[in-house]
Amino acid sequence: MRHQFDTVIICSGLAGLRAALEASNGGNVAVLSKLYPTRSHSTTAQGGIGAALGNEEPDKPEWHFYDTVKGSDFLGDQDAIEIMCEDAIRAIIELEHLGVPFSRTPEGRIAQRYFGGHTRDFGVAPVRRACYSADRTGHAIVFALYEQCQLKGVKFFPEFFVLDIVIENTRCHGVITLEISTGEFHIFSSKATLIASGGYGRVFKTTSNAYASTGDCLSILFNRVIPLEDMEFFQFHPTGLYGIGILITEGARGEGGILINGKGERFMERYAPTIKDLAPRDMVCRAILTEIREGRGIDGKDYIYLDLRHIPKKTLQERLPEISTFCKIYMGIDPSEQPIPVIPTAHYTMGGIPTDIDGRVFMDEKGSVVNGLFAAGECACVSVHGANRLGCNSLLDTVVFGRRAGNAIRDEIKEIEYGRIRNNELEKSRMLIDSILTSDGKEKIANIRTDLQDRMMEHCSVFREEKNLKGLIDSIGILKERTEDIGLKDKTRKFNTELIDAIELKHMLTLSEVIASSALERKESRGAHYREDHPERDDTIWMKHTLAFKTDKGIEFRYKPVKITRFKSEERRY
Amino acid sequence: MHDSGCLMGKYRFRIKRFSQEEDSSSRWDTFSIDMKPMERVLDGLDRIKDYADGSLTFRRSCGHGICGSCAMKINGRNRLSCQTLIKDMPETIRIEPLEAFPVIKDIVVDMDDFFKKNDYVLPYLINDEPPPERERLQSQAEQEKILESITCIMCGSCTSSCPIYWTDNQYLGPSSILKAYRFIFDSRDRAKEERLGKISGAHGVWRCHSIFNCVESCPKEIDITGHITELKRLALKKNLHL
Repeated sequence: MRHQFDTVIICSGLAGLRAALEASNGGNVAVLSKLYPTRSHSTTAQGGIGAALGNEEPDKPEWHFYDTVKGSDFLGDQDAIEIMCEDAIRAIIELEHLGVPFSRTPEGRIAQRYFGGHTRDFGVAPVRRACYSADRTGHAIVFALYEQCQLKGVKFFPEFFVLDIVIENTRCHGVITLEISTGEFHIFSSKATLIASGGYGRVFKTTSNAYASTGDCLSILFNRVIPLEDMEFFQFHPTGLYGIGILITEGARGEGGILINGKGERFMERYAPTIKDLAPRDMVCRAILTEIREGRGIDGKDYIYLDLRHIPKKTLQERLPEISTFCKIYMGIDPSEQPIPVIPTAHYTMGGIPTDIDGRVFMDEKGSVVNGLFAAGECACVSVHGANRLGCNSLLDTVVFGRRAGNAIRDEIKEIEYGRIRNNELEKSRMLIDSILTSDGKEKIANIRTDLQDRMMEHCSVFREEKNLKGLIDSIGILKERTEDIGLKDKTRKFNTELIDAIELKHMLTLSEVIASSALERKESRGAHYREDHPERDDTIWMKHTLAFKTDKGIEFRYKPVKITRFKSEERRY
Repeated sequence: MHDSGCLMGKYRFRIKRFSQEEDSSSRWDTFSIDMKPMERVLDGLDRIKDYADGSLTFRRSCGHGICGSCAMKINGRNRLSCQTLIKDMPETIRIEPLEAFPVIKDIVVDMDDFFKKNDYVLPYLINDEPPPERERLQSQAEQEKILESITCIMCGSCTSSCPIYWTDNQYLGPSSILKAYRFIFDSRDRAKEERLGKISGAHGVWRCHSIFNCVESCPKEIDITGHITELKRLALKKNLHL
């Protein structure tokens, strides 16, 4: 079936929904998602959304700007960061007006709490900047935006799986999708297409990310020769539940929680004397794993404790109810009585589709754009997070840059024609599906996927080095060959989730190769990318963004400069 | 604790199977697999799909009770498979799709009607007054009033468990009524009357007979019947009874 919309938005997380609200002022909008709209991974964001509202204590966008630059280990583009931090206050007030049920101060204002890396007076002490709705902030905002989109008449296509994004020369024409429930192809031609498909934490064994976070659209674009930026920077969150990886929000430390090792020491005092447990995530992850490596895990094992026992029960109930429930369900412990066993868990991708400050997708390092193609949110790289994102800046990124992309689309679609998708484009997708369904191969999807996730975790997570990365890239090559021999049990067309799993696995392999190759290439340590064989940051060579291109000869790397407008690079101490 | 000191045990998953494309009626398949006590029922379903029968079809996404994808009937009760642990299960675990929604394949049901019912209650904040420069003030007590209702994840467990919904397919169902409550009692909303009118019709709140199945099945432990009762009281006050 063919459809025509002024704007097509891929995925219904926060960035997509926020953009949809704006784009609907200029024409009709279709939002496609492989899940139902309210099931997107944005709903799992817990702790907060950052803005210098100053509701709890004095705060300034300028301080937020500095913290974000420093948090990014000076790789973030400062023009974009300044826009985000300056626009944050307006963005949060707007969300409140749209119905988001933020938690409140006794005066009835939006409540705010401490979060990692957010300080006053350029690093002097922590500041309460994270606006929250208990520990269900993402859920609260997704619902409010989804609801407002319904009011605006945005058309949703739930459980539509993107097979291809059609780009010819320098123009995006739309997307080819599979309606999961019927197995039918649907072609969406558009004037503008926005990718807002989120992250791909599923490439790692231990992750806070949803099953759906497999990065399909990034892989499709990469294969369409759109470069991917800064893919070596993948954030691990310090506090995932031990053994399962479910996120325990940084807000738990924002409310006073502390990390302790097997000797009962509050070890973050040694790594970040000023802000301690509220240090940025890259530093806390390395600190935790260093403690474990040096034998100071709990009982010498591979986890440490997040201790919330000293926090009043009422605070836990009111501000951290969800994570308290997670601890009870998945670990069988009450966090007011027992410490929580935690380990770093794969959480967020700083890298992604290179865009300008209005979401236009770049196709090279010189700044040429693909007409009619936009990206926003976690899948995009503006870059406001640089080498390491600060907590509560991701939700902010989605609503600020989702809105900007939506605005740009609203203006640009007046001058663009509808895209045209020829039947031979559909044939490629049809052949992909048919070849998987008819294969009598012997490989099981799960064996390859587990193999990939284990290896990515072992060799490409918090600590990396050349030898391991090279070995990893070789094994990804072998795993790619093995996927050619996948055989499905399910040969039907309707709601074939095994087929979806197979396609997602191909995308995960593509992205893993880009991540590992980008990590091998960057011979320094910066933010979340730590090379044991190159442990220092090297601004003379590496103060630049990586762009990975697909070529016939393999992945080619080109670079572009970091935009520095205000803050010069300095040693990163907390 | 997860992954430590936990012995594997054999569990029998009895799963109701059906494919619109291939089957004229449903059947039961049994899979015997090794599980640890702190694993989720969802882990068991994954293991079956991954290694025993790739055609087994179910929805899942976040894996920890927020996205609402994996509601299903587990040993006769609606639950999220991602927050039901093996330690709380008998050795035979019976898995069926949610009741009352048309089955597409195995555990996957068609939820279009469920979401449409939700749309009917004007599920969005309506307030045409010019917004203040800063946030609209809301007291902690006012927020408390909607605190339970905003935690709904729209998994469908409540509506699917409601006997009234089984017999009256036009009944709005507990989930949609809860959504109406979320806005009617939000101090910032200005369309209370209109919304109250919508839920007081022949297929609205008065169809609820306080059976409490919805409360029992809600994975977020929301007192849905209590919320519906409060709406009935409000409707009565406004003379909106049948």
